[in-house]
Amino acid sequence: MTIIYQARKVVTMNPSRPLATHVAVRDGRILGAGSLDELAGWGGYELDRSFADKVLMPGLVEGHSHVAEGVQWRFVYCGYFDRTDPDGVVWPGLRSIEDVIARLSEANARLSDPKRPLTGWSLDPIYFDNRRMTRQDLDRVTTARPIGIMHASGHIMNVNSKALELAGMLRPGVNHPGVPLGSDGLPTGEMKGPDAMTPLGPHVGLDRGLLASDEPGLRAFARLCVRKGVTTAADLANLLPQPAVEMMRRVTGEDGFPARIVSLRVARELNPAELVDRALELRRLSSDRLRLGVIKIVVDGSIQGFSARLLSPGYYNGAPNGLWYIAPEQLREIFERALAAGVQVHSHTNGDEATELVLDTLATALRKHPSPDHRFTLQHCQLANAAQFRRMRSLGMCVNLFPNHHFYWGDQHYALTVGPERAERMNACATALANGVPLAIHSDAPVTPLGPLFTAWCAVNRLTASGRRLGTEERISVADALRTITLGAAYTLGLDGEVGSIECGKHADFAVLEDDPTEIGGEHLKDVRIWGTVQGGRIFAAASI
Amino acid sequence: MTAPIPVTLIGGYLGAGKTTLVNSLLRNADGRRLAVLVNEFGALPIDADLIVARDDNLISISGGCICCSFGSDLVAALIDITARGQRIDHLLIETSGVALPGSIVQSIGLLPGLIIDGVIVLADAETVEERCHDRYMSDTVRGQLAGADIIVLNKIDLVPPERVAASARWLAEIVPAARVLPARNADIPCEIILGRQPEPRPIAYRIAPARHRTAGYEALDLEIEGPVDAEKLASVLADPRLGLLRAKGFLRQAGGGFVTLHVVGRRAVVEAAPSWIDGPGRLVCIGLATEMNRSAVMAAVGGDFHPPRCSAECQPKA
Repeated sequence: MTIIYQARKVVTMNPSRPLATHVAVRDGRILGAGSLDELAGWGGYELDRSFADKVLMPGLVEGHSHVAEGVQWRFVYCGYFDRTDPDGVVWPGLRSIEDVIARLSEANARLSDPKRPLTGWSLDPIYFDNRRMTRQDLDRVTTARPIGIMHASGHIMNVNSKALELAGMLRPGVNHPGVPLGSDGLPTGEMKGPDAMTPLGPHVGLDRGLLASDEPGLRAFARLCVRKGVTTAADLANLLPQPAVEMMRRVTGEDGFPARIVSLRVARELNPAELVDRALELRRLSSDRLRLGVIKIVVDGSIQGFSARLLSPGYYNGAPNGLWYIAPEQLREIFERALAAGVQVHSHTNGDEATELVLDTLATALRKHPSPDHRFTLQHCQLANAAQFRRMRSLGMCVNLFPNHHFYWGDQHYALTVGPERAERMNACATALANGVPLAIHSDAPVTPLGPLFTAWCAVNRLTASGRRLGTEERISVADALRTITLGAAYTLGLDGEVGSIECGKHADFAVLEDDPTEIGGEHLKDVRIWGTVQGGRIFAAASI
Repeated sequence: MTAPIPVTLIGGYLGAGKTTLVNSLLRNADGRRLAVLVNEFGALPIDADLIVARDDNLISISGGCICCSFGSDLVAALIDITARGQRIDHLLIETSGVALPGSIVQSIGLLPGLIIDGVIVLADAETVEERCHDRYMSDTVRGQLAGADIIVLNKIDLVPPERVAASARWLAEIVPAARVLPARNADIPCEIILGRQPEPRPIAYRIAPARHRTAGYEALDLEIEGPVDAEKLASVLADPRLGLLRAKGFLRQAGGGFVTLHVVGRRAVVEAAPSWIDGPGRLVCIGLATEMNRSAVMAAVGGDFHPPRCSAECQPKA
């Protein structure tokens, strides 16, 4: 059965046929894009005009997110910026501690079980004139049940007195750099860093189990993908135990599941030999909508958490250099074994020293195991300098940069973490493209909201939340940005032969848009209205997902 | 309220001998119920003949010990393992090869029910100086060593003796407060790492011969009649010039009560003693025979004390 969709415009990303009016689909695959006359040559068809006033793009590809975004929405959204939940409800941003208290109080009133914790997420007090939230603030919501609010950065949590009491920490004498004390000698309720947060987690509903993905979380995440025009999304760091794999295969295989999930096995709890074996085993468990068999390594920490590894001269505010999360010997062994087995590896590096280590290590490993088209990818790679992009090119690496950081934390990077010069250079999309490094850009959802068109807007405009334009020279064109959130990201996932453009033989994956991103203007890219998606020839309207 | 569980961190760079040390401690636990948390890329690195049973993430080890791996979340694993309700006499944490023990010590300070006993950092005699000058790892390896109460300079049989001495001097220079303890195959006596066996209510406190294969350690067993300023004594015993690796004592206070004194290398802790402690104050100090400054220890204890008795087994044999 062939269906020919008529559209206001089809933006194909196929350079030899960039625009079309119709696209023909059979059995979930694209027969071609062109005029109705051209496509009629495929034989009998049904003409579908439901997208006659819409713009079709290749389904957007999110190259670095976490399915856990779907889990976060069980908690109370406390962020500063408006954010859409999987049901399409837009939660207005909260502009003061009073706003936060008010929303938490409403949620508290809805909870009947007095023991159940009240959990929130995405708090960002840096926008509240840096007035820190305290346990006394949260005690105004309730002192009966524990409250825990995760910050947007994921590095800090605020709790109320009840939570501290349950964790045995409402006492004098707590001595930890991540636990500030009030004038009364007791913790203020701000818990900084994973070590300070974890003892509170189980008491406030943020124990680690909840931060991993589960079945409802996976379904919610996929609904969010539809709202954002995403048909393929990478879930970048999953332990992928066998029961989770079975669940993911089952759920993604359901007729109504609207997205293709690429889930990477994070390098943890297995030695390098076991890790590569497991990746090969996972690859065999892949299905059309669940792609497995790629490894993720975390090399360093985060810039705003001062745990990224920076080359000299280090942090602008003089903070000591960050942390390594893997030893070079382990990195080398994983690279060598993965290259030998033909397994792709993505490496999280935020700081430029971490990037340098990956480049050095891969250069050595490639001499041992020359591997054309390995597509090893640097993830985040936010501080890479021009010389490092040139090395990526020479080594055949891809890069997935994080332009959303400019909007959410660019002002802090400018003033505090890396200083003006490197803040302007961060996430150097233009340098990557100029040097021919295959480029993707990402949200790292739930760290920042899922939405490739917003990410593209960030890369095109490089504006911070306060309106500062950070790094004019590193802006990229709208055309480059749109290619990057489709074919670019697909390339880093090894899927550019299947998705990322609307052309003959590829999956019928489309983002269905109300506005034309090629006409709306770069400064409005984030405002493109999204009707929904077509995934594998199946239609998913955001309004009814 | 039950007494907090003592925690020993075993740190050091990849390949320094941490796993060897952990296995040796499990093999010589001698009735102590050890719980071991390891951070490993891979299967739990416990010698197969020690394993009684394994269940997903937990290994049961002969003698009532258990072992888990903690991946990226040590604090969560600590909460889990202490919530199991099993008796744990001593908790060992084998850190990852790039972890900084100093920051782990701070995290453990947040958990009620646990108390840091000591931080042992292993250094590979063959490579430690090179690592301390490595382009990428220099600050990490130096940071690890800086957090040590005792540095075990391991694998000394693989380098010439003069280099061992030079490395030991160099380590003492960069981490002046820590003790440096040379070892071959991480063969440190259990007593140094874990302290003495928990004693049943002692009728007369006496020194038990240290049960270790390595010669060269000496134990001083002292009785102290009068009241002692325990805080002051603890800080003196932690001074590197005395050459002590470990000291434990029950000391009478001016008010009549007892306190417990623990010293592991540079770390000294004074806390309330169990209520059953009675009799004269007593103190046991362990160190390398060649390093321990006995007269300085005597001077530190001061006042009335009985002359030291040192059991034959503790005498240096070499």
